[in-house]
Amino acid sequence: MERIAERIKVLQVEDIAKDFGKTLRIGELEIALFRLKNGEFYAIENRCPHKGGVLVEGMVSGQYVFCPMHDWKIDVTDGKVQEPDHGCVKTYDVEVNGNDVFILLK
Amino acid sequence: MKKNRLVLIGNGMAGVKTIEEILKISKEKFEITIIGEEPHPNYNRILLSKVLQGDTTVEDITINDWSWYEENGIRLITNEKVEHICTADQTVTTNAGTVISYDELILATGSQPFILPIAGVDKEGVTTFRDIKDTDEMLKASKTYKKAAVIGGGLLGLEAARGLLNLGMQVSVIHLGKSLMDRQLDATAAELLKEELEKQGMRFLLEKNTTEILGGERVERLCFSDGEELECDLVVMAVGIRPNVELAQSTGLWVNRGIIVSDYLETNIPHIYAVGECVEHNHITYGLVAPLFEQAKILAKKICNVETTPYEGSVTFTQLKVSGVEVFSAGEFIEGDDKKALKVLDEQDGIYKKLVFRNNQLVGAVLFGDSQEGNRLFSLIKKQADISDTAKISILQPIGGDSGENLVASMAADELVCGCNGVSKGAIVQAIHEQGCTTVNQIKGCTSAGRSCGGCKSMVSDLLELTLGDSFDASAQKETMCSCTTLSRDEVVEAIKEKGLMHTREVMNVLNWNTSDGCSKCRPALNYYLGMVYPTEYEDENESRYVNERLHANIQKDGSFGVVPRMYGGVTSPDQLRKIADVAEKYNAKLLKVTGGQRIDIFGIEKEDLPKVWEELDMPSGYAYGKTLRTVKTCVGESFCRFGTQDSIGLGIALEKRLERVGTPHKFKMGVSACPRNCAESGIKDFGIVGVDGAWEMYVGGNGGTHLRSADLLGKVSTAEEVIEYASAYFQYYRETGIYMERTSKWLERIGFENIKVVIDDPKQRRELNERLNVALTVHDEPWKKIINSPKLRNELFEKVEVH
Repeated sequence: MERIAERIKVLQVEDIAKDFGKTLRIGELEIALFRLKNGEFYAIENRCPHKGGVLVEGMVSGQYVFCPMHDWKIDVTDGKVQEPDHGCVKTYDVEVNGNDVFILLK
Repeated sequence: MKKNRLVLIGNGMAGVKTIEEILKISKEKFEITIIGEEPHPNYNRILLSKVLQGDTTVEDITINDWSWYEENGIRLITNEKVEHICTADQTVTTNAGTVISYDELILATGSQPFILPIAGVDKEGVTTFRDIKDTDEMLKASKTYKKAAVIGGGLLGLEAARGLLNLGMQVSVIHLGKSLMDRQLDATAAELLKEELEKQGMRFLLEKNTTEILGGERVERLCFSDGEELECDLVVMAVGIRPNVELAQSTGLWVNRGIIVSDYLETNIPHIYAVGECVEHNHITYGLVAPLFEQAKILAKKICNVETTPYEGSVTFTQLKVSGVEVFSAGEFIEGDDKKALKVLDEQDGIYKKLVFRNNQLVGAVLFGDSQEGNRLFSLIKKQADISDTAKISILQPIGGDSGENLVASMAADELVCGCNGVSKGAIVQAIHEQGCTTVNQIKGCTSAGRSCGGCKSMVSDLLELTLGDSFDASAQKETMCSCTTLSRDEVVEAIKEKGLMHTREVMNVLNWNTSDGCSKCRPALNYYLGMVYPTEYEDENESRYVNERLHANIQKDGSFGVVPRMYGGVTSPDQLRKIADVAEKYNAKLLKVTGGQRIDIFGIEKEDLPKVWEELDMPSGYAYGKTLRTVKTCVGESFCRFGTQDSIGLGIALEKRLERVGTPHKFKMGVSACPRNCAESGIKDFGIVGVDGAWEMYVGGNGGTHLRSADLLGKVSTAEEVIEYASAYFQYYRETGIYMERTSKWLERIGFENIKVVIDDPKQRRELNERLNVALTVHDEPWKKIINSPKLRNELFEKVEVH
């Protein structure tokens, strides 16, 4: 059974513009937090499985982010790398409560 | 407002051309009436010889069919002849009694063939060669009779003779002079022509003076002054033309050989003008089409009260329309006195070329056997070009200019393709690009090229092939913008303009993108195209830009950034270097490196430090990340270098200041060298400049990257201001037609160097491109300052969240 280890308030909703990402550094962890056009927030590991590119700087199109290094396309909702490339990145749950945005670390 | 009444007497080429030119200026100004004696709409008299020769039909040479008159609201009266002009009432009266009032009157009564004053000219079987009726008569005669005599070895006579040969007749040409076409050819060319036509079956009787036409009802033979006779059953008289001036005379207009007109085609009576073959200007009457059309343009402007240059007479050229023979003649074609000739005679291939110079000016030319160069030479003659700089021999045959295609490719934009109607190569290429012309006929419709003698049709066709060749291929194997759409770049840009789309999402919705939000390929591309199409209205979408352009720095593989401040022309100062050194130390730069573009790159700066670094540098962004002008690399130039001939640094700085920041489809690199040693490597730049003594050479489409390509010479200009003007136009043309992420080297090959050159060489287009670029340049602020001064942007784009 999963258990929530930590629920961390990271920022306010308006700190990220839609279709942009923000780098979260939590201890040793580096997370890319995205705010999609539809207003939803998603968080993934800020490291492309290809060559370690910083995903947070990628272009956000719908629910996908394109790695700025070599244009790998990654679904931010489930962390899956899209065809023709393969792989996945770790995802993190995000909770929005009013104006506050939280990251849930397991 | 009541329209003025404009009456044209004469439904021929010059008069109707004037009306066309007037309609181009205003369709509303006049209520137009045209009165013509012939029962036909306006047709191309010049091509009658082609009808006779069986190469075309009467329908094909009709210029304005009946519907043209209807569509333009013109009242056309045919089969009536104006017999009287009343200048007091301002009316004209026809033989049928029709009375028409005019506010302005144009006489374009043309000319008629000169009939020899000898006995027997009224016999059956004696005709002239002037109109459709004459042509029909010859066609009819050829069915019954066999022996034709053409009196007159000039242009028209020879064309008629060739036609009669085609109709199966035996043809003798009788000529008073010693050599054929003596008004257009020198003795050498005339002799070659005679030999060639004899091979085709023509017989010649030179230096023969016809004294009588004998026979019964029908002609049977000709008598000459030397007592000889010639049997024949058809006589075609082609000994020249005479302006039709009877009406003018009876009206009280001043008449000499033709109706005397001013430099604005005015006669001596107010509101009456004259144009065409009936006119005498400065003691000269013209019987060729090009001068008439020049007159028509000027008269149209005059009548419409539009400012115009005066008519100053015409330099004329002639091209014989006889299949298998190429003859061209223009200007002052006989040397002597202060005129010296350059001649080439190739007896093996039957080719003769002669250029006549006065000092360094080309004033005339004769070509036989190969007249492809004719139009080019004619435009040089008209321009009164000084050709001391060009090897004279290369005028006779430009290198690689032996095939038709290369010929049109090597022509300059302002060179005439259609000498009759004064249509330049540039105008035709423009019609292809801007009006979408794809056939010779469409070009004819848009530009009038090929409408008169038709001699330029093969060049128009070559030009179409040359211009469309590449884009045809491109559209055949259409390249879509990205996998989100089936549309190409051009289709998308067209739709943006046509449907007025203003946002990337709007484009995706309206054009049925198959993804909801696009991808990393189409979004930056759409963002670029929208900004290019609507420079002042479109709001740039930062979220549709690559990270480097969004953050105005160069991302490195470890996620840190490189910072390159602007150093115009690669020139720096102790103060700048000190600041760079201080910043590098303070923010723990991992590497300081001089770049290929003569700038300094400060590597290893963390994202959140970027705004602070910029603030402390207090220098503008060097745009080392942008799809825009990157750098203008310069050599040290005349101020220090012992070889330098020009101020390369000054020009480089000026170019960089002019073009910086505005977006291009891909990066754009420039170089300025002050001498051909080319230390700034201008030969591999998107736009490279090489200074030579007293001039700048401009090279385009070079690339030192993945696809190594040496640049093409765009041209040579004398001042730095001109370089800036050309470079700006080129830059803007690339902005407007390039595919996003396509470097100029690929773009140039896709569009075609010659096609680009035509646009940039055209002063009007160059100016317009500069004007559009000026608009685009107004909206770009220095990006580092903008971010430094915006706490919101700093927070959103640069701040990380640290949780400990």
